[in-house]
Amino acid sequence: MWKKVHTGRVWKYGDDVNTDVIYPGKYTYTELPPEEMARHALEDLDPRFAKEVKAGDIVVAGRNWGCGSSREQAVTCLKHAGVGALIAKSFARIYFRNAINQGLPIVQCPAVESVESGEEATVDFSAGKVITPRGEYSFPPLSDFVMGILEDGGLIPHVRRQLGIE
Amino acid sequence: MGQTFAEKILAGKAGLDEVEPGQIVTVPPDKLLTHDNTAAIAKIFREIGVERVARPETNVIVLDHVVPAATEGHATNHQQIRRFVAEQGIANFYDVGEGICHQVMPEKGHALPGSLIVGSDSHTPTHGAFGAFAAGIGRTEAAAVMATGHIWLMVPYSFRIVISGQVPKGVSAKDIILHIIGDLGADGADYRSVEFAGPVVSEMSVASRMVLCNMVAEMGAKAGVVEPDSKTRDWLRGRTTVEYEEVFADPDARYERVLEYDVNALEPQVARPHTVDNVVPISAVVGTRIDQAFIGTCTNGRVEDFEVAARILRGKKIAPNTRLLLLPASREVLLAAMAEGLVTDLVTAGAVILNPGCGPCLGAHQGVMAPGEVTISTANRNFKGRMGCKDAEIYLASPATVAASALRGEIVDPREFL
Repeated sequence: MWKKVHTGRVWKYGDDVNTDVIYPGKYTYTELPPEEMARHALEDLDPRFAKEVKAGDIVVAGRNWGCGSSREQAVTCLKHAGVGALIAKSFARIYFRNAINQGLPIVQCPAVESVESGEEATVDFSAGKVITPRGEYSFPPLSDFVMGILEDGGLIPHVRRQLGIE
Repeated sequence: MGQTFAEKILAGKAGLDEVEPGQIVTVPPDKLLTHDNTAAIAKIFREIGVERVARPETNVIVLDHVVPAATEGHATNHQQIRRFVAEQGIANFYDVGEGICHQVMPEKGHALPGSLIVGSDSHTPTHGAFGAFAAGIGRTEAAAVMATGHIWLMVPYSFRIVISGQVPKGVSAKDIILHIIGDLGADGADYRSVEFAGPVVSEMSVASRMVLCNMVAEMGAKAGVVEPDSKTRDWLRGRTTVEYEEVFADPDARYERVLEYDVNALEPQVARPHTVDNVVPISAVVGTRIDQAFIGTCTNGRVEDFEVAARILRGKKIAPNTRLLLLPASREVLLAAMAEGLVTDLVTAGAVILNPGCGPCLGAHQGVMAPGEVTISTANRNFKGRMGCKDAEIYLASPATVAASALRGEIVDPREFL
């Protein structure tokens, strides 16, 4: 679950990873249960990922992660696979919003330059820091409002709580 | 330190003295624009468990995507939206026939300088042409705006694009923005606010400024803006009684990039299939056979677009075995085009006139293509399958290029007809 300081094992990827390889379009026409969505996560990018990913792992990538379609499943499949945080040099805008609104912690910084797959990285959301084996990076702290969304598990549960709806 | 347009708007709405790029603010939008997707948004809104829309006066709902309804399913969708509008007491509702949401918004005085607009449509940045900060959002968050009246936004880095030179004959705002997108690429302005400035932009009509802002979405931008001036004020006069406060970037604002384009030697531009940044000068595609030509959409469905088309087609006939579709962006545009005789000229030349709406652009109805067919269009997207057939090809160009191509049945340089 959500923690202000999160440490996890890294899966490292490159630039311009699009939503089609994160979650193939052929699965978007039907509503799949979470565990099956998780099985297709990054299917066309890294077949090892879905088999070996563990709860709390961190995806670290280069530029423009999540470009292409606006499909929200490209975020939820990683969430269902147990990914604890997502760090990239940059994100396609709608992907970034979808991640926060779906409660997946997301950080923009160039940590990809100083970490390899299998190593550990730590994200400290309160201090606005990412620490890798060979680097340390600052990012602007998320606003309290956005932290609140992440802590509540996404925008809809957040709004329900905010409005006092059980 | 100076602030960009985006920083000023977002700081103002957040009640802060200043903000910096990357910072996240929670702000109350002045307007929430939704369209045929309002039924889906209303469903999520109900899942939240709220009875009433927080600020119904901020809602603007325009039925435009599949109008009039093409199937029973579309009709039911529209029916659900009308019921939601009635139940929630939403005054700013525009039913079938009023036009495309991005044209109706400003016409009805909902896109004002200095305002913050969010819309569940990726071409919402169009309203930046009126000096508004306008960004596209997802359905889930549109439902949350209905429930709370607020949205979180990240303060974007800003680009300033300065356009200068003498616009050559046969070259329009569409050619300029296609050239810029080709240069910067499909993610060249990802999450950025793009400010357009320079003498060419000052000289441009409001309609042409809308073309620039509309298409920033195709280079990933969050918003595009042209600062308001006397043209903006004249255009808005009589359309709103709301007093608005214009917002301008500071002269010493900090930009991530300042880009300068000189249009003196610019040729008409064309985006080839299947990406919008696959842009070439017209000379590279002259002679390409077409089956269909389409003038309309939220990018190029305004009176000036039909005027240039009529200049090329008046008194002539389009090529045999070629279809020309005209889609006025709104009822107001259609009435003006009729009053000017443009509809008569173009229909006489062989065009088919469609009702105001999104029409063929999204491939749901009207002018859907067959496998192997080619359309040249004034729209903003040429993705595979966009016009309803994944085995068809779409070229994007200016209204002049599309009209001239309809005359020949192949892509031609419009400059020989002007």
